[in-house]
Amino acid sequence: MAFLSNFINGLSLGSIYAIIALGYTMVYGIAKMLNFAHGDVIMVGAYVSFVSIYSLGTPPILALLISMCVCTVLGVVIERLAYRPLRSAASLAVLITAIGVSYLLQNVALLIWTSNTKVFPSIVSFGSLHIGSLTITGETIVSIITCVVIMIGLTLFTTKAKTGKAMRAVSENRQAAELMGISVNKTISVTFAIGSALAAVAGVLYCSMYPVLVPTTGSIPGIKAFTAAVLGGIGSIPGTLVGGLLLGIIEIFSRAYISQDLSDAIVFAVLIIILLVKPNGLLGKKVTEKV
Amino acid sequence: MKKALSLILVLVMVAALFTACGSKASTDKLSLGFIGPLTGGAAVYGNAAKNGAELAVKEINAKGGLQVELNAQDDEHDAEKSVNAYNNLKDWGMQILIGSVTTTPCVAVSAECYKDRIFALTPSASSPAVTEGKDNVYQLCFNDPNQGKASAKYISEHFADAKVAIIYNNGDAYSTGIYETFKAEADTLNVNIVSTSTCTDDTTDFSVQVADAQNAGADVVFLPIYYTPASLILSQANAIGYAPTFFGVDGMDGILTLEGFDTSLAEGVMLLTPFAADADDEATKSFVAAYQEAYGEIPNQFAADGYDCVYAIYNAFLATGLGTDASAADICEAMIAQFSSTSFSGLTGANMTWTNGMVDKAPAAVVIKDGVYVDAG
Repeated sequence: MAFLSNFINGLSLGSIYAIIALGYTMVYGIAKMLNFAHGDVIMVGAYVSFVSIYSLGTPPILALLISMCVCTVLGVVIERLAYRPLRSAASLAVLITAIGVSYLLQNVALLIWTSNTKVFPSIVSFGSLHIGSLTITGETIVSIITCVVIMIGLTLFTTKAKTGKAMRAVSENRQAAELMGISVNKTISVTFAIGSALAAVAGVLYCSMYPVLVPTTGSIPGIKAFTAAVLGGIGSIPGTLVGGLLLGIIEIFSRAYISQDLSDAIVFAVLIIILLVKPNGLLGKKVTEKV
Repeated sequence: MKKALSLILVLVMVAALFTACGSKASTDKLSLGFIGPLTGGAAVYGNAAKNGAELAVKEINAKGGLQVELNAQDDEHDAEKSVNAYNNLKDWGMQILIGSVTTTPCVAVSAECYKDRIFALTPSASSPAVTEGKDNVYQLCFNDPNQGKASAKYISEHFADAKVAIIYNNGDAYSTGIYETFKAEADTLNVNIVSTSTCTDDTTDFSVQVADAQNAGADVVFLPIYYTPASLILSQANAIGYAPTFFGVDGMDGILTLEGFDTSLAEGVMLLTPFAADADDEATKSFVAAYQEAYGEIPNQFAADGYDCVYAIYNAFLATGLGTDASAADICEAMIAQFSSTSFSGLTGANMTWTNGMVDKAPAAVVIKDGVYVDAG
């Protein structure tokens, strides 16, 4: 029974990692850059919904929508101001800029909300599910379902919708897509918008499960989710799901059965081993480097 | 171009040298420095201790006679920032230090105090490492061995035959210190410890630790950790319908004032604290009333600690017969003589005495009922 409850805890943590990792994966797949500010967009999403629930008294679902809107705008603005001018710059410059944006967001949050810990009110109003001696919390159920829904939605979007197809085209070959009349800038903006809206969802879910909110809340799950994206194969949507779930389960299991202190070390050791065997991640595409 | 740039840089640095001096402490007042976390995850402690100290300073200055001024600096519960704050206070002209409030920063700052011969009294940094080998650093709170021991004793007396689980932070000197002495004392008292698990400063997922305690059938969960992770444990235990008696130490103090925290989760939580705001004695009552009027909230243990610190220093300083223009080093020697030979009675204990900087007083337990501390007896 303890095994099953650990497994479910791992699944729910993994689902949240997967939702966050989608933001990394999509941006990497399409804009070929690592958006290290993504973790901090999660934090902003959580703060926005904290403020609307706690101070304005809006219902949780509305608060979630508000924070999704705010994060979407934030993501697009960050892309427009910080990343677009560097579109043709060296990838290192873009990487450093992303880290800069991450610090900027954290410090702005520090100014607005101070570093005093806020306890996040859970957006899940129904209680826990009891099956025998197994207890599954409402937050767990919601995060797993949300993750599945988002994955299916996003897969359909990228295969069926016109904008989704454009995203795939840009990711295949930017120049060719541009020649076919696809606006690369617009497509990248849409990618950032979707990724950031998902970050808001992840932030609200993460803080509902672990209700402590400080300006650095986003950094640890951000790094873990990035790891999940690399593990599953960065750029691949199903890979992200596999990577996220695997990471969550490995993390909880190693904490429960091996060592609480070494759980993070074990997670990253698994990452290194997988990358040694499969350098593109579990489901990553094999790319031949053109010289 | 390069020359001009370096010239500008030099000018900026020289300017910085001067601005760093800032305002100076006046010599006709006793200048007390205060260091604590006024922002950040442990801000509840720092602000409470600061408010308590400010209240005492206000009372003392209203009395006439010896005048005191307090300069409070923020360290965000960070050792490096705490030492920076200490250096700022030294530049300002601090004669005696109250602080640091939290353990890890205080260990760093107390080493500086020892080196510079500045007398320090910490309201709440409870590790033995704070006072060890430093004759001029004193603690007002009971130290970790004392807390761990007292908790084990209390649990063995009040929860006979209980199964006890422990969750502690093994990356933190405070938490580990209490855990070790608790474990040693619990073993000699035959307390049945069924589950021991750890966390770090970054832990947000306590599902494994809580499940381990639950599966082991623990009736009492001992939490020698700060209130922020404790609030996570309470909510995650509640989510899976696990309701043992949670037993904290002074780090649990502050949980009721966390913004957004559902205080019903803390119902029945017990903690060791030398101060309960509902006590009947005259001194506590008037302190609570004055504190509430000034800051609009019920004071916790840290507020009482800060208040007591100022009075302990004030009484001892008066007894030394020194003037406010005495050097910090002279004051330091005289204060050591006073603290090691006399006793002090305040809000957090009667007849406190000190040996090697460690205080000797009796800890007491409180239980949270309807969102306030009630004496647990």
